[in-house]
Amino acid sequence: MTAQKTTTATLPLPPGELLEMYRKMLTIRIFEEIVFDVYRKGLMPGLAHLSDGQEATPVGVCATLHPDDTITSTHRGHGHIIAKGGRVEPMMAEVMGRVTGYCRGKGGEMHIADVSLGILGANGIVGGGIGIAAGSAFTAKREGKGRVSVAFFGDGAINQGIWYETANIAVLWKLPLIYVCENNQYTEFTHFKKLTAGEGLGARARAMGMKSLEVDGNDVLAVYQAAHELVGAARKGKGPATLICNTFRYGGHHVGEPGTGYRSKEEIAEWKAKDPLPRFENILLEHKVISPADIEAMHDEVLTRVQASVTTAQQAPFPDVKEAGEHVFA
Amino acid sequence: MSSRELTFAQAIREALDEELARDERIFVLGEDVGVWGGVFRCTEGLFQKYGPERIIDAPLSEEGYVGLAVGAAMTGMHPVAELMFGDFITLVMDQIVNQAAKMRYMTGGQVEVPITIRATMGGGRSSGGQHSQSWHAWMAHVPGLKVVVPSTPYDAKGLLKTALREPNPVVFFEDKVMYAKVKGPVPEEEYTIPFGKADIKRQGTDVSLIAISRMIHPALAAAEKLAAEGISAEVVDPRTLTPLDEETLIQSVVKTGGAVIIDEGYNHFGTTAELAATIAYGAFDYLDAPIERLGAMDVPIPFSPPLEFATIPNEEAILAAVHRVLDGRRR
Repeated sequence: MTAQKTTTATLPLPPGELLEMYRKMLTIRIFEEIVFDVYRKGLMPGLAHLSDGQEATPVGVCATLHPDDTITSTHRGHGHIIAKGGRVEPMMAEVMGRVTGYCRGKGGEMHIADVSLGILGANGIVGGGIGIAAGSAFTAKREGKGRVSVAFFGDGAINQGIWYETANIAVLWKLPLIYVCENNQYTEFTHFKKLTAGEGLGARARAMGMKSLEVDGNDVLAVYQAAHELVGAARKGKGPATLICNTFRYGGHHVGEPGTGYRSKEEIAEWKAKDPLPRFENILLEHKVISPADIEAMHDEVLTRVQASVTTAQQAPFPDVKEAGEHVFA
Repeated sequence: MSSRELTFAQAIREALDEELARDERIFVLGEDVGVWGGVFRCTEGLFQKYGPERIIDAPLSEEGYVGLAVGAAMTGMHPVAELMFGDFITLVMDQIVNQAAKMRYMTGGQVEVPITIRATMGGGRSSGGQHSQSWHAWMAHVPGLKVVVPSTPYDAKGLLKTALREPNPVVFFEDKVMYAKVKGPVPEEEYTIPFGKADIKRQGTDVSLIAISRMIHPALAAAEKLAAEGISAEVVDPRTLTPLDEETLIQSVVKTGGAVIIDEGYNHFGTTAELAATIAYGAFDYLDAPIERLGAMDVPIPFSPPLEFATIPNEEAILAAVHRVLDGRRR
């Protein structure tokens, strides 16, 4: 398999930040692979929705964000959370239903949040985070400190009413809101083109009077550069924008199905040839930001950390049943 | 305390005005709430006083602006989102039920969601099947929401001020028939009314009339007529459904031995059923007759006045129900 090359004459960020982006992409990939393993071994309750293959989009976008900027995420949210600074230990503990999890075991793998990091929650309703993101943008505008709000959502959400209702409001009120559509081509088990009329989200965004960019969502620097432009404009009070990142999930809609019943081997292979990790590695190697030995060392380090998070979570207690009645009201 | 008479709408407006002045985080958004002052005049003059940043005319996108309000609440604001007709709650169910009500719980207590959703309820205005419904029982069915159903200007003001100091989502139901027609004393001095405290609107010993929102008024009128017959009816107003003051309801029925529950929501799986179950459990040994439930007829609300009024409980129906209870006791 040959990785598709992305050539970039000059790098948009200093080496330290690029390495941090690479580390986050690697962490997402390894986290998702290990969650799959945790599921197969029966160590977690329920199902998991994995995002391996889609790492470039959350990392490219979140590299433009400040600690006090907020994001909302989706049912396939692990990548967004890691990209915004979420720690793998309480994430894994949440996936495994432990009291040490981010949400004390009350949210589960589809609902991880760390509000202190501006992660206003992954959301199990398709498009469910969009209203919350609009509200965060409203607050940000009121505060007037240049903070922005990012709503991550998938291709399924572009046919939900909440997108149109908030897009109209966000344009009218010039909210610092970035709609990031991670188009992984399949709305659950159906190709998005079978479900989406017209020329897609970009055209719809433009019809609302909103700027829209569409990029190769597997090219982390392309995602970064587009997000940088849109986020920068939003910070300056230019209002909302839409960013469409075309990508692909390697696994099924969830861990309970392989994702092969409705996607051809050829299609999967075609996307794997555009894997975001080796593409970014090649750029970093080419510009001597990293060496092959560094990559190996970083891989081992991240793998060890994520594996340890499973062991730690296994040793952590489940929530006491008395907690079932807590946290309903403040 | 000095007091004057305000209409129900004026009491709501005054609560909003005082709380907007008290807390910068509070803002009001909804359809025609700004320049126009609200179709029921509840925000009259507030746009002129607080400006377009705090009294906001929203597009007719209930899901969009309530969803936005949920996110604003999660990030430090205290929005008051108005649903001009409570019937439109159907358009906002995901934002209320799946987002606002459970964000605190699902995050293990990381966030507060201090949003107040004001919604109208009630029929009797020939507004037809989609502008007359009373959906408070739906909201009270959802863990994580506080549900308020005031019946007087005094209660409306005090309870709305409490809602605007709550760190939790509140759905505040206002019977639109009361806005202009119901007047009552409201003190000049500041006051709030805590949630979860029922109010005994009239003391009595023979039967308990437990009524929700506007139904308090036909219940009080019925109690007056019963007094002339020598029957002493107690009229109890739960004021909030969540939290519910079970103790006051139960103690009233322990005293009287009989209960008639009156509500403009539907009987079927409704508020009357929940209150009846609460009383049947808590006052089982004291009940002398089956609990009577008077809800809206289980049909869509019709337009033509004779039909519409036939679907809504009234004084006559309450009197008949009280006599059934008293007859049951004699058997």
